[in-house]
Amino acid sequence: MLKIENMTMRFGGVVAANKFNAHIKKGQIVGLIGPNGAGKTTIFNVVTGVYKPTEGKVIFNPGDKEHDITGMAPDEIAKLGVCRTFQNIRLFKDMTVLDNVFIGNHLRIKSNVFSSIIRVPSYRKEEREMLEKSLYLLDRVGLLEEKDEKAHSLPYGKQRRLEIARALATEPKLLLLDEPAAGMNPQESKELMDFILNIKDEFDLTVFLIEHHMDVVMGICEDILVLDHGELIAQGDPETIQKDQRVIEAYLGVD
Amino acid sequence: MAEDRLKVEKERILDRNTLILLGVLLVAVVVVDFFANDHVRTIANLCGIYVTLGLSMQLINGFTGLFSLGHAGFMAIGAYTVAILTISPANKEMNYFLEPIVPFLADVEWSFLPALIMGGILAAIFGFLIGAPVLRLTDDYLAIATLGFAEIIRVVFTNTQSLTNGALGLKAIPKFSTILWSWIVAFLSIVFMVYLIRGSYGKAFIAIKEDEIAARSMGINLFKHKVMSFTFSSFMAGIAGGLMATHLGTIDPNMFRIALTFNIILIMVLGGIGNINGTVISAIIVTAFMEILRFLDSSIDLGFIKLPGIPGMRMVIFSIILMLVVIVRKDRLLKEN
Repeated sequence: MLKIENMTMRFGGVVAANKFNAHIKKGQIVGLIGPNGAGKTTIFNVVTGVYKPTEGKVIFNPGDKEHDITGMAPDEIAKLGVCRTFQNIRLFKDMTVLDNVFIGNHLRIKSNVFSSIIRVPSYRKEEREMLEKSLYLLDRVGLLEEKDEKAHSLPYGKQRRLEIARALATEPKLLLLDEPAAGMNPQESKELMDFILNIKDEFDLTVFLIEHHMDVVMGICEDILVLDHGELIAQGDPETIQKDQRVIEAYLGVD
Repeated sequence: MAEDRLKVEKERILDRNTLILLGVLLVAVVVVDFFANDHVRTIANLCGIYVTLGLSMQLINGFTGLFSLGHAGFMAIGAYTVAILTISPANKEMNYFLEPIVPFLADVEWSFLPALIMGGILAAIFGFLIGAPVLRLTDDYLAIATLGFAEIIRVVFTNTQSLTNGALGLKAIPKFSTILWSWIVAFLSIVFMVYLIRGSYGKAFIAIKEDEIAARSMGINLFKHKVMSFTFSSFMAGIAGGLMATHLGTIDPNMFRIALTFNIILIMVLGGIGNINGTVISAIIVTAFMEILRFLDSSIDLGFIKLPGIPGMRMVIFSIILMLVVIVRKDRLLKEN
């Protein structure tokens, strides 16, 4: 599904990611962990096209054919089927909850802008389908009641879920979640884990997630990548990672 | 029932407030057109033009979040296009006495509507061409670049003697523009804006204003949508410029200074960023006040003291209003980063 080959990202003298390699297979849930500042979000930004890597390649293969998405524009990558949420929630704050999800559908629109203004029947049909899908997704994340509220008025946890709903509206094949459980209590993280597993099955997703809550990572990820100072220091299933000496050192420090 | 909850509610595109506003305006326009004196009719005509201008500014600045200051330039393009296309060949000869007009335009005499649409289209083409390089800039840089564009247009029009008659300007433009014309255009602009903004593309514009990074990550092609919004806005500004030309009967390059753009920004900010109904109302109020406050420019006799007339006094008042508005509402003027 996603292959990152020898990817290096430098900002001036700072090496945010160094010769990073990863291979995510279809249908997997892969976790990316590491101490703060390890370069996790940088990797997400490279995959989604926000940054163009200094070196290396990013290959996206949704199943039909390989796409070299290295340095492609974010909107084109999103159209291919890679969508994300943000660590520091980026909703369209002054728009309604429903419109936020509705906008997620916009990239697949077939009607042009003129037919949207005149509201020709084909556009109205398309808009109706977009709205139906948005309502379904809102129901799915449990935000249907709040559909007419402004996004910024939602409590934090619901904003996170709204971001996931908006991302799902783009019909992604690969979903990148940047700290989805941030600020959640154990009960909420538990619900989030079930939710991620559910949507993965329902929408046939591959999930790549950054997370600090180890119970979430260890609970749902089949494969875990550990990053420290821009370098991949370990990879494997939860048990291997928990025992890995370098991972323990990276998190707890060494004498 | 799950099915019921997920049903798409039928949404009315023109909501109640807009319909009421349109109704009231329609009555007002008809009343003014039939009963008011020439002075009031002139103001009403200008009001219609400024409604279109305010909405055009709202589209690019208020909805798409692009701080563009190029309106005077697009208006100039529309105004000159309409003027050159509609002035009769005889009057053209009279106008261009320093240097004759370029031959292929000398015998042109179009009727009003095609000329007006042409004015809009040319402004839109310029908007499209300017937009391609300029819209890659953001915020203040975009403002400076578009401001520069408007000034370039003005300077070019001042110096292309055989095309625009240079600094002499154009006179004897047929006075086609009536209250009816400017308000038909204004009504169309209102409806156009509401339909655009309620549609998927309009919502994408707003999403770009709210958060470019998120919009881009949701697959919205920023550049394409910005150019779209900019082109529509330029089209409307061009049409309004054309109406202005045929309303005034004479135009010259110095009319299209940055001050004109600022008037429109004042209308937009007073009306509320992203507020269509508010913009319509503020356009009418600002335009009416521009005329009503004219007495400030002439000498005022208060009985005990006689104040000398200071030309431009009303602009001072207006600038003060603009400053106050910016101070009070600055949070909504520029988009957050």
